[in-house]
Amino acid sequence: MSDEVIHDGEDEPTRRDFIYIATAATAAVGAGALAWPLINQMSAAADTLAASSVEIDLSKVERGQQIKVLWRGKPIFVRNRTDKEIEMADQVDISELRDPQKDEERFVPMPNGKINRHMLVMIGVCTHFGCIPIGEQGKAHPTSHYGGWYCPCHGSEYDTSGRIRLGPAPRNLDIPPYKYISDSIIKVG
Amino acid sequence: MSGHSTYEPKYAAERWIDKRLPIIRFGVDFMHFPSPRNLNYWYAFGAILSLCLIAQIITGVILAMHYTPHVDLAFDSIQRIKRDVPFGWLLQPMHAVGASMFFFAVYVHMFRGLFYGSYKAPRELLWIIGCLIYLAMMATAFLGYTLPWGQMSFWGATVITGFFGAIPIVGESLQYWLLGGYSVGAPTLNRFFSLHYLLPFVIFALVFLHVWAVHHVGQNNPIGVEPKSEEDTLSFHPYYTMKDAFAIAVFLLIFALFVFYLPDALGHSDNYIKANPMVTPEHIVPEWYFLPFYAILRAVPSKLLGIILMFGAIVVLFILPWLDTARVKSMRFRPVTKWFFIIFVIACFVLGWCGAHAPSDIAIPIGENGMTFKTVSRIATLYYFGFFLLILPIMGWIEKTKPVPESITKAVLAGEA
Repeated sequence: MSDEVIHDGEDEPTRRDFIYIATAATAAVGAGALAWPLINQMSAAADTLAASSVEIDLSKVERGQQIKVLWRGKPIFVRNRTDKEIEMADQVDISELRDPQKDEERFVPMPNGKINRHMLVMIGVCTHFGCIPIGEQGKAHPTSHYGGWYCPCHGSEYDTSGRIRLGPAPRNLDIPPYKYISDSIIKVG
Repeated sequence: MSGHSTYEPKYAAERWIDKRLPIIRFGVDFMHFPSPRNLNYWYAFGAILSLCLIAQIITGVILAMHYTPHVDLAFDSIQRIKRDVPFGWLLQPMHAVGASMFFFAVYVHMFRGLFYGSYKAPRELLWIIGCLIYLAMMATAFLGYTLPWGQMSFWGATVITGFFGAIPIVGESLQYWLLGGYSVGAPTLNRFFSLHYLLPFVIFALVFLHVWAVHHVGQNNPIGVEPKSEEDTLSFHPYYTMKDAFAIAVFLLIFALFVFYLPDALGHSDNYIKANPMVTPEHIVPEWYFLPFYAILRAVPSKLLGIILMFGAIVVLFILPWLDTARVKSMRFRPVTKWFFIIFVIACFVLGWCGAHAPSDIAIPIGENGMTFKTVSRIATLYYFGFFLLILPIMGWIEKTKPVPESITKAVLAGEA
């Protein structure tokens, strides 16, 4: 009788094995369920996620001028580009770019379906490590070779379309999600 | 090393305690730890570092009593500490300068370990725990530098948390999770304060392991020959407590010079401007102790590769015990590698120099256009990795080392230790 029991214990799982595994599994699920709130509490809070859109009146930006508007803690660049700046952006050979994009692709159409290539709207955050490139008021930074923006942190340079041309940044300056509410007002976010 | 106990309780009270909790025995044995008799002043930095850690914890706990971790109030609360809090003018610079002194001491300590081969068997774990302490120190210093909420605090935090954003696929989510939002802001400052308070205690625990390990394997020494007999060693107290005390006194003189006469010399003036998310300072630089790594980060044009190299510069320290193939520990007996080591130290300083300047500026005015800091930092970065990954493994095989003394005592008596 007792021999039989020992023999059985070697071949197939006993009730004790089952209890061990069940206990361990329950503890693992419990630990995971406890760990997740401890980890996830660090994510953006509800009030941070809310209130994340802003309206911008484009008519207040003169030709050749640039304004900065704070959105989600980051500046939005709105630049009213001159004809010369648009021309410079068009002359670029797309195949030479690190992040190939035509100038026209960097705009959202107006209500009438056309794009306004004077009004360039971008997130003013260098795609390298998040510094704010310099190039305000229609004047390029003196050390910039491409007439656009220059990042003071690690020397990335962007052209008049906000495309990366030189330095360590991997992407063009990002275009935020935005739409035209009227011909002169946009809503970002 | 930590075998027999020499402690004999003299008084009845001591005997009573010793039977119940042998804490006095532990302390006495700890202080009478047999140490190699040829330790020089480079070996005093362990004691200096213990002092730094304690000083940072004490001044830090005090500053936390007066500091406000809120984006609107943090900057002003630091100014209030300096102006209004009794002795705040002394305690705040002690903490800020203390961080620099801590790093100065840890770099000397690390270069000393490199020169005398203190990472070699059986001290690999001792060395690795040391590397972990250094990593924790860097994290603590970065978090602490954010707290004054000046321009450099804000943009330093933006750039460094941006490192995580470069990780493929999960990077951006990870970055937002660390920041608690889309950019460095109120949630970031609050959690950085919390973690800045936590990490020193993690360092304290690691230091405990580090000291435990050194007491288990024994200290290395300038000739790298293990003590073989009792005459090769001296009791830690009073011989090295006195030596360390003198070194600490000299160290504190330098510390005091900065605290009283140059409290801002090691910082950056832009950090006296309150954080502004709309304007990046013209020229962002980290604190001096991070400059070499900053130079490595900027040496390559790719974002991800720059980060990999920068972290690689620290990872390579962890595997150093297995990269150096030489059997002889001390550089004193490695006539060629010694010079490679000296060039390595110079390369570290050159990287620091490059890290402090804009990559496109001219470093050395030679040739038609001069040599930019980017080019110089590339050469130094190449040497940094070359030293660990090529020179040390290869030299271990091919170098003809000088004869190593038979014992510490023989070397001391011959005037060679």
